[in-house]
Amino acid sequence: MLNVSIYRYNPEVDDEPYMQDFQFDTEGKDIMVLDVLEKLKIQDPSLVFRRSCREGVCGSDGVNISGKNGLACITPLSEAVKGNKLVIRPLPGLPVIRDLVIDMSQFYAQYEKIQPYMINNSPAPAIERLQSPEERAKLDGLYECILCACCSTACPSFWWNPEKFIGPSGLLQAYRFLADSRDTATEERLASLGDPFSVFRCHGIMNCVQVCPKGLNPTKAIGHIRNMLIRSAT
Amino acid sequence: MMALLARFARTGPSDWIIQRVTAVVMMAYLFFIVGYLIANPALTYGQWSDLNSLLSMRIFTLFTIMAVAFHAWIGMWSVLTDYITVRLMGPKANGLRKGLQVGLGFIILFYLAWTIKILWGL
Repeated sequence: MLNVSIYRYNPEVDDEPYMQDFQFDTEGKDIMVLDVLEKLKIQDPSLVFRRSCREGVCGSDGVNISGKNGLACITPLSEAVKGNKLVIRPLPGLPVIRDLVIDMSQFYAQYEKIQPYMINNSPAPAIERLQSPEERAKLDGLYECILCACCSTACPSFWWNPEKFIGPSGLLQAYRFLADSRDTATEERLASLGDPFSVFRCHGIMNCVQVCPKGLNPTKAIGHIRNMLIRSAT
Repeated sequence: MMALLARFARTGPSDWIIQRVTAVVMMAYLFFIVGYLIANPALTYGQWSDLNSLLSMRIFTLFTIMAVAFHAWIGMWSVLTDYITVRLMGPKANGLRKGLQVGLGFIILFYLAWTIKILWGL
C-alpha cells in the first residue's frame, strides 16, 4: 500500500491547512499521480483539485508532487514516490482557494502585462503575414508554454516579488513575441521591461527549467531579453 | 526637477552593467595586489609606501573603492528588496528596509571618505 499525504484546506471549515494521509493500492501499476487523486476523490469526495485534459496539454493540474512542481496527469508514480510515500501539495507561493486549488490571479496579471498577442499595425496582407522557416524556428521552445504556472511558482524571485517580477512563464511568453518577426512592437515591449524588477530579478537559479513539464527553458529566454535590453540601453 | 531625477533613475540594464563593470574593476585590483605580493615576497614598508604614493596607484585604489561602493549598494538594495518586504514581514518591513538602506548608505560613504583620507592623508 502506498502512503499518500495530501494538503487539505477548506477555509469555510478549517482554521488552518493540514496534511491528510491516505492508503492507496496501486495494484502494482505505475499509474499517474492524477489517477491517484481521482481514485482518492471517490473515497473522499470533498477533496478538490483542478484537472481537465489529463494528457499534459491544458496545464490545469499543476501541483507540488513530493517537493517538485509538475503536472499530476503526466507524472508517473515511479518518478514521484519517495520511500513508499507520495506527498501532494498545491503549487507554492500563491494563495490557496481550497485543497490543491490555488488563486492564479497574480500569475495571470503578470502574463497580461507582457501583452501576449501579436502587435503589428501595418496593413494586413491579403492572405497572411509570412515568415521564413528560419524566422519561424525562433519560436520553437517558446510557443509551447501551456501556462501551468509550475515554473513561476517554483521561482523564489516570483514568491518574493509577485507584483513586480514578471516570472519565468510570463518572460518566456514576452520573448516569444520579441522573437517573432511579424511583431513590430519590440521597442515598446522592451521599454515596459526595463525596470530593475520585471526581468532583472531573475538571478538565474533555473528552478523554472528544472520543473517545466514541457521541457522548456525560461532562463534562456530571460537571458535573450536581458541581452536585448542591454543592447537597447547602450 | 522630476525630469532631472528621472535621468538618474536606475534601470534594470544600468544596474546590471554597473554590477559587471565594478566586478571587473575589483577583480583587476585583487589580481594586481595579489600579483604584487607574490612578486615581492620580502616586501618592506618602504616599498609598500612607495607603491601607494604613486598617483596612478591612488587613483586605481580610489576607483576600486568606488566600485565596491556601487557594487555593494546595488547588491544590498537587491537583497533587501527581496527579503525585507511587506509580503514576507508585514507592514513594519518598509520602515525597516529604508532604515537599513540609510545605514548601508552611511557605511558606504564612511568607507569612501576613510579611503580618501588614507590615500591622500587629508
